[in-house]
Amino acid sequence: MRSVVAVTERVVETPSTVTLRFSYPATADPGQFVMLWLPGDDELPMSLSYSDGPSKGVTIKAIGGTTRRAQSIRSGDRVGIRGPYGNHLDTAPKRILVVAGGSGSAALAPAAERARAAGGSVTVALGATQAPELLFKERFRAMGARVEVATDDGSEGTKGFVTVVAERLLATEPFDAVWTCGPEVMMKKVIVAAEGRSVPVFCSMERHMKCALGMCDACALGPYHVCVDGPVFPAQRLANVHDFGSFHRDSSGRRVPL
Amino acid sequence: MAELAVRCAGVNLRNPFLLASGVWGESGESLAGAWNAGAGGVITKSIGSVPRPGYPNPTIETYEHWGLLNAMGLPNPGIDEYPREIEIARKAGATVIGSVFAGDPEEFARLAVRMATTGVVALELNLSCPHAQGFGTEVGGTPADVEKVVRAVTRAVTIPVIAKITPNTGDPAGLALAAERGGAAAVSAINTLRAIAIDVRLRRPVLSHGLGGLSGPAIKPVGLACVWQIFEKVSIPVIGVGGISNAQDALEYVMAGARALEVGTQVTFDGVGVFGRLAQDLSHLLDELGFARVEDAVGVAHGAHSVPPD
Repeated sequence: MRSVVAVTERVVETPSTVTLRFSYPATADPGQFVMLWLPGDDELPMSLSYSDGPSKGVTIKAIGGTTRRAQSIRSGDRVGIRGPYGNHLDTAPKRILVVAGGSGSAALAPAAERARAAGGSVTVALGATQAPELLFKERFRAMGARVEVATDDGSEGTKGFVTVVAERLLATEPFDAVWTCGPEVMMKKVIVAAEGRSVPVFCSMERHMKCALGMCDACALGPYHVCVDGPVFPAQRLANVHDFGSFHRDSSGRRVPL
Repeated sequence: MAELAVRCAGVNLRNPFLLASGVWGESGESLAGAWNAGAGGVITKSIGSVPRPGYPNPTIETYEHWGLLNAMGLPNPGIDEYPREIEIARKAGATVIGSVFAGDPEEFARLAVRMATTGVVALELNLSCPHAQGFGTEVGGTPADVEKVVRAVTRAVTIPVIAKITPNTGDPAGLALAAERGGAAAVSAINTLRAIAIDVRLRRPVLSHGLGGLSGPAIKPVGLACVWQIFEKVSIPVIGVGGISNAQDALEYVMAGARALEVGTQVTFDGVGVFGRLAQDLSHLLDELGFARVEDAVGVAHGAHSVPPD
């Protein structure tokens, strides 16, 4: 069930993110993820940040030991891939607002490309700590999306959180769907900003994962398992999930504050 | 509709289908989900004295729909934190059985005492995990060890104690007999079969731990044989587990001697809705075969050998 593939390209996207490209023929829908195996090390759930026929890619943010080592993989190195897993984003809506923070663009960019190819309009509220960390800003522009930027330090665009940009856009323009991925506090604010505007919000969630098959319970999120019930959740499914925005689970299954 | 309620190990179950330990069961919401989907009871993840992260990934390999290989490494939040998860499941009305693992009889007894205070209706002792150093099969691989652990626990708690035994020895029935001598109220059989997967391109085992345990339809005939042999040796109830994916599998286990059943891998393949389907289908199958109650079918295949037993 795993394929072993050679990495064909390594791209430094921002100071903290690296993309690995490879060929993996399985058909994937936008928003799905794969399990990336670093032989002898660990295996990580990674959103497909590129999915164009067999040409696939994952974009890795350095957050711990394994992700750091994954970033140091070079072209020609072999990795294991299984998947794709999980549900996906519906790219049919005509006017889409993407709200991405940190490395959240990785999960949403292929869906935005699909929506653009289908003739939809895409507006991106893109946030990062500082200008060089804005992930896929040029890629979004190249696909014909409008990009509105926020940075924590004000080095580009609005100074402050990207949710401020999202709130302004939602208050002043009509959208048919909102897709968001990033810190859960951010996604919660996006949901609040969309309340009463009759626009559905879809959150791409992340949890510690082991089996990715709905067996081990590592990615339990309220009554759901992110691996099979997600990673995409309509906001109303998260409304009564106490852990959303508050807790995740570590490798032992203990609930720990986000 | 045939009656599915059973009494096993002193516990009343609304139907014989229990969520097997290790599947879902790390969170209370998941246990509640299995109960709400129709499970007759839910068995927790095996809980230890301290939080344990388990092995690095890969922890799993799948084989279409005939099997699943895992070496999770007994990840669990530890007995200090886990009672809150049981509480969530109990608030949903679930019949909860607490699974524990430990490295020696004394630790088993201490842990059992704490688990027994959480409101679980029974304990299941993990004497059979095939891939955790110092635990599971390593403390439950011989009849003497099984008897020691079970006796230590049954002396320490008043709720029923179920011993889950390993198929990875020459004599599972001997282990079951030892559990009975130690005071177990029931035995569950089987845990996973020790197994391994190799990646030929990388020339290495797939699982980070190397060895793991095989579950799913592939192991059903093996589990059935263990239940068959155990039923002929012991007088305590047997809980059948291993590759149950449909009502016929379930009834095969019952006719081999199982009074209750555990379902794990099929939850992975079909989702938790498998519990409602199994209960409904088993009831229909019992009707079709003329059984008024599932309990009437327990062990009926024994004594029907075409060749005299040796």
